[in-house]
This record gives sequence, structure tokens and C-alpha cells, in this order.
Amino acid sequence: MTKATVMALDGAKAVANAMRQINPDVVAAYPITPQTEIVQNFSQFVADGLVDTEFIPVESEHAAMSACIGAAAAGGRVMTATASAGLALMWEVVYVAASMRLPLVMSVVNRALSAPLNIHCDHSDSMGARDAGWIQIYAETAQEAYDNTLQALRIAEHPDLRVPVMSMQDGFITGHGVERVEILDDDEARKFIGIYKPQHSLLDVDNPATYGAWDFYDFYFEHKRQQTDALSKAMPIIVQVGEEYGKLTGRKYGIFDPYKMDDAEVAIVVLSSTAGTARTVVKALRQKGIKIGLLKPRVFRPFPAQELTEALKNVKVVAVLDRSIAFGAMGGAGPLFLELCAALYAYGNGRGPQVVDYIFGLGGRDVVPAYIERAAQDILHIAETGERGDMVRYLGLRE
Amino acid sequence: MPNLEATWKEASWGGVVYEAGNSVEYITGGWRSIRPVRDMKQCTHCMICWVYCPDSAIVVKDGKIVGFDYDHCKGCGICAQECPVNIKEPHEHTGQMGNVIQMVPETEFEGW
Repeated sequence: MTKATVMALDGAKAVANAMRQINPDVVAAYPITPQTEIVQNFSQFVADGLVDTEFIPVESEHAAMSACIGAAAAGGRVMTATASAGLALMWEVVYVAASMRLPLVMSVVNRALSAPLNIHCDHSDSMGARDAGWIQIYAETAQEAYDNTLQALRIAEHPDLRVPVMSMQDGFITGHGVERVEILDDDEARKFIGIYKPQHSLLDVDNPATYGAWDFYDFYFEHKRQQTDALSKAMPIIVQVGEEYGKLTGRKYGIFDPYKMDDAEVAIVVLSSTAGTARTVVKALRQKGIKIGLLKPRVFRPFPAQELTEALKNVKVVAVLDRSIAFGAMGGAGPLFLELCAALYAYGNGRGPQVVDYIFGLGGRDVVPAYIERAAQDILHIAETGERGDMVRYLGLRE
Repeated sequence: MPNLEATWKEASWGGVVYEAGNSVEYITGGWRSIRPVRDMKQCTHCMICWVYCPDSAIVVKDGKIVGFDYDHCKGCGICAQECPVNIKEPHEHTGQMGNVIQMVPETEFEGW
């Protein structure tokens, strides 16, 4: 294992440090709470001459992503960061980046969407962008946010993919929460990410290429099929990069992180920082002899449908915890629940667990262990009685 | 010329076009529902249509207008609108009086 420096960093500074080590050719970004700290710290690195990056302080997030697209088409290694309304304002060009197969990496510090105005954490921003053609990876801790940033670059730039990657962490909870973070030596980090060789460059005048040309009913369909093909090939590459990173650092990454799942009869499935809270609940219940497990998906796009179905095949009841609502969807459920239900139906051969959804933490509503314990008691009751009851429930809501 | 039969596995990723200056090879005249037709005998070759055509679809050779590039003409009718020459005899294609260039429905031509 390689040498690392242990630092006290919040998630935003951890990502800014990963960006410093990556030393991208171009970073174009606009500040928005709670992502601001990433760009603020990175621009300090630029000012201090610690990176060679062309830093473009643009006038909006739409401009940020547009500048990133141009720079990536020119053959640069390009990164940006955003949150909430910033991601929403980027909308049009978020799709363009994926559709042009530009391997950008964007750090998203999850924050609720307006209105009413709210700056705190939920997943409605990145979940809204889940069908934009990007790979989506969610981090539980500041350490994971740092580790995922380095890995995201390798995944995006893989010659079989060339798909942009969104790397998420929870706003304030992870983004502004100071934790123990191991930072790789700069040389080791740079060796891991390697030198980027773009497939084409707009600046290569001897081999001209046109990006974003006319694409009508005669070719557009084929190009969309290519994008879905690329995402279908992403999972083994994500795993391979995660294993390689594990050999380097001792922290191996996969598609999801199971905890006490081997003999679990009921399970909680949750993304990001809340998995940490859920783990303490599961640990405490295990000490009482209750066969409960936790499954924390790391990759949401591509959705690991077969892998999650396999991991949950012996479980009787699953509680999905969703930090956003897919408004108007089945039962008013959240995206993680909807995708998981679809997966269990498509790959479960008619068997598989009962599933209930818990909407939680919207707009930064705190999630305490007691809430998760309530969900655990609910699913244990369902496992005992076989009666599911309400499909979609709420944790921490005044009812 | 783009390979219009390319499957999704063969088409370039992200629709990137690798050859320079090849947009002329991409046939866009298929949108056209009416086409400009010129009375060749009464045309004065004043070049007004060549100046106005937004798609560079007026074909000129040795200072004379020789026809239209129907692979790229969209049938917008600007040439017929701007044509300043009032014909003395009925138009050789339409039989109507009016300008040298007149718009004719595509259904009157081969391929329909």
C-alpha cells in the first residue's frame, strides 16, 4: 500500500484536493451553496500556482457546462462542480456532454431544489439528472468523495466508455462536515489517473473533427443506442477501477457496499451519508440477534439491477430510503425504490422480497437513528406477518 | 459521403464528423415540397437569384446560370420572389406569365 497523508477535511475540501492532484486542463464553474467550497478552494490552488488549470469563472452553470464541453471537445481533461439549482440550470448541456461522449467529471454536492428556497441536502438535484446519460456515483463520506473523484476520471476516460461521470456527496452533512481523510501522495494520485489521451481534438488541425453537427432522423437514433450500449458496459469498468484503487490504497470500491447481508432476513437500502446512520442502527439490532442487513448502492447509473436483485434474493423485506420524490410516479415513491422494484420484477423470476419505500431527509430534515430503527421495526413486522401495508412512508415528517 | 446504412455499431460515437468540408455531400434537398424552375430562354443571367439563395444552390458556370442544385435546394422560393425579370412569353414549364423563376410542386417531377 502506498503512503498517504491523513488530513482533517470536509467533503468539499477533499474533492478540491483531488482536483488539485488531477490538475485538469480546464475547470469552468459557478459558485452555488453547498458546492461553493469546492470551487473556492480549487481557485485558491489556481491562484497559488499549485495547478496549471485554466480556471474559467463563468456567468452561470449553463455557461460552466458549455465551456466544459468546448474544452473537452478540444481534447482537454475537464472538471466542474455544482449543486441544486445550478445543476437544474445546466440541464440542456448536461445532456449534450453525455451525447457528445465527452469524459467530463462533475462533482455534485447534493442539495434540494426550489421552491420554497432551501439550501440543505436531499437528492432531488442529481436524481433529476439520472436519465441524462451520465454515470452517477454516490459517496457516504468525505473519504469516499475524494476516492470517487479520482476513480471517476479513470471511468469517464476509459476508451470503451467516454461517458461523463457525476460524483455525488451530501450537501453540508458530507460537504461541510470535517472528517479524517487520507489523501494520496500527489505522485501516486497522478500515476493512478494517468495521462489523458483524447480520441480527437478540435485543436488538431491536421485531423479536423466536427462535434455537435446536425443529426436528424437518419442518425440520431443510432447515436442514442450507442449511449445506452456504453452505459451497459460501464459496470465491469467501474469494478475494475475500484479494485485497482483498492490495491493502491487499501480501500476497495465496488457497485454497492453490503453490511451484514450474508444471513439477513430484512434489509435497508440507502444511498450516501445516511448509510452511516443506518449502519449504526443495523449494528445495534444485530447485537440483539436481529437478522438485519444494510446495502448501500454506490453506483446509481448505470443502475445495478441484476446485482441488487442477486444481493437481495434471500431477503424477505426491504426498506428503501429515498432522499427525493419522483413526483407523480407510482405511489409517490422515490427513484431508488422505483428502480429497485423494476429490477426485482425484471430479474427476480417472480420471487424476491417485499419492498417498502421511506421518503426521508427532504430539504435537509435531520435523520436520527430512531427514525431508521422505526423503519427496521416496520420491516421486521412485515416479515413476521406478511402484510406490507403502506407502500410509501415518511421518516421524520410531522404527520 | 456519410454511410446512410451505417448501423449503430458502425456510426461514429457522439455523431462526430471526421472529414472536413463534407457538408456538401449530405443531401438536404429532401425537405423540399416545391422547387424553383427557370425559363432558360428568357433568363438574363442577372445573378440576383445567385446573390439571394441562402443555400448556395444556384449553379453558375462561366458567368452563366446553368441550373439549381436540387440536392441542397430547400424550395424556400426566395429566388422566385427576388427574380426581377418579367417574362414576355408564357413560362416554358408552367405556361404562366410572371418571373423567369417560378415555383412548381415536387409532385410534378419524377420520383413522386
